[in-house]
Amino acid sequence: MAVFVIHILNALLYSSVLFLIAGGLSLIYGVMRILNLAHGNLYALGAFVTAWAISLALASGAPIAVLIVLLPAGALAAALAGAVIERTLLRPFYKRPEEYQLLMTFGLLMILEDLIRLAFGPNPLSATTVYAAFGSISIGGDRYPAYNLVIIAVGVVAAIFLWAFIYRTRFGVLLRATSQDKRMASALGVNVNRIYIQAFTLGCFMAGLGGAIVVPSQSAVLGMGVDALVLAFIVVVIGGLGSLEGALAGALIVGVVRELGITLFPEIELAVLYLIAAFVLLVRPAGLFGRA
Amino acid sequence: MNTTVAVPEPRSALRKLAWVLPVALLLLIAPFVVDPFQTLTLTYGLIAAIGALGFNLLLGYTGLLSFGHSAFFGAGAYTAAFMFKYLKVASMELFLAGSVLVSAIISILFGYVCVRYTRIFFGILTLALSQVLWSLAFKFFWVTGGSDGLRVPTPSLLGVPPSKDTMDFIAFRYYYYVLGAFVICTLLMWVVVHSPFGKALQAIRDNEIRAEFIGIRIRRYRLIAFVISGIFTGVAGALWAPLNGLASPDILIWTFSGEIVFMTVLGGFRTFVGPIIGAIAFTYLKTYAVGFTVYWQLLLGTVLVVLVLALPTGIMGAVERIAAKLKKAR
Repeated sequence: MAVFVIHILNALLYSSVLFLIAGGLSLIYGVMRILNLAHGNLYALGAFVTAWAISLALASGAPIAVLIVLLPAGALAAALAGAVIERTLLRPFYKRPEEYQLLMTFGLLMILEDLIRLAFGPNPLSATTVYAAFGSISIGGDRYPAYNLVIIAVGVVAAIFLWAFIYRTRFGVLLRATSQDKRMASALGVNVNRIYIQAFTLGCFMAGLGGAIVVPSQSAVLGMGVDALVLAFIVVVIGGLGSLEGALAGALIVGVVRELGITLFPEIELAVLYLIAAFVLLVRPAGLFGRA
Repeated sequence: MNTTVAVPEPRSALRKLAWVLPVALLLLIAPFVVDPFQTLTLTYGLIAAIGALGFNLLLGYTGLLSFGHSAFFGAGAYTAAFMFKYLKVASMELFLAGSVLVSAIISILFGYVCVRYTRIFFGILTLALSQVLWSLAFKFFWVTGGSDGLRVPTPSLLGVPPSKDTMDFIAFRYYYYVLGAFVICTLLMWVVVHSPFGKALQAIRDNEIRAEFIGIRIRRYRLIAFVISGIFTGVAGALWAPLNGLASPDILIWTFSGEIVFMTVLGGFRTFVGPIIGAIAFTYLKTYAVGFTVYWQLLLGTVLVVLVLALPTGIMGAVERIAAKLKKAR
């Protein structure tokens, strides 16, 4: 029983992080119709900035409470990077075919990958102090790191907050209007450019938050962005590009399958995930929650 | 994607020939003029050109952006590696035959699924499927060598075993072998895109609905284009493997597909020779960027961003624009 609970928690842990990354990716696609190949790098940026900030604070002898407060630093950095990228590099592309947008974000991926290496060096950065500070809890006699529960909680809170944001605020209405019909929204007086930059920034913030909360439990390494992106792709393909409910469902499915895969079929765990994605695309091209 | 196709004038065929001859001559004498390192880079460039030619049948002529062509390139390379490891075969012709077969099978399987979609979904689906191969190559390490990959020896060419002097083999015999394969592939692709089939693909690209009304079976044509494209890229992978000496998961991962897209756009995907020029230019660019700095991705990424922003038609588009301006000035 305890083993079962731990498996469930691990699956949820994984789903939480995936939801943050894939939710941002999906939000950006839903509003702007841009598939951001550099999205994973913003997740990596969040992880690196948080790890860097925490190790800096640690060196100056800051108490643990300060370190915890510093956790969202990565998310803010990713949001800032997103705002700059949207304004300078993506805005000229909204009228061009989407192939060019894809190429542009691929170029961005290469640039960000190396900028992170340039800024933080080639070695992994970690923030295990925070991880250790939370200690562990006992589940049926087995010890389970308490910080993992924090990650799950952040994922759940982010999902609720995002839902409220999109379905219960004025900004959410504008966002959904722009997503459904950009021209009509523009004709009705919505400042589409502003919505775009806000949506992109929010999406990047989520990816950065994913990286920021994951970094105490695993180090920030080069290449983590590219790996994360492909998993986020699977999530949004299963759930439906542009749908947040889909991103949530997709993240849960991928989290569970991955946890099952690691214990039952470790060799083909990734292949199974890709095949599920391909299968969903075949049966329901728009994904489980997508609009056709 | 809406593109206007320039109708070739009969005169331009002759003019093109006037370009082809000196280039062919240069390629023929290259190993005697430049040092072996340059010949090696050029060989890599010609191999990439074969792959990019195949890729561009989809992007440039059919209007489908694949982000999964690493699958076919990798399939070609791994086929050579498997044939050596498990069948003890070390003949280039058999490598090529094997990889044509394997990449054809894989592209039929992938194509059957992918051609139902266009635009962004086509891109994601090709990406996802290519990553299946990558994860298999990565995880089944006892078969595929995992992240270390598999060794591919220098094979016999046309039945003649490889010479002891590897440098001489690579800089001369293998170069000419690749050059021969490149010429054959280019001619084949030329025939394909100028055949009624190629014209039908362009019709599908320009207006899918109209093409369907004329009676073109869109999905079947796209599938055939997908398979031809996959085979060309697979052949490139097979030629690449002995030169690199190793088939590793690096060439199966999706960012490698991105590089194939990159080189094609660099050259200009709206022309026939664009991908060839782009592939050779990209190979040189990457070779020197990697040698010059560890931050070569930053350099290449910036080139790509500037390219997409300022020169979306690539090198060929820029050349054409300059040529048109010169003509006007005269």
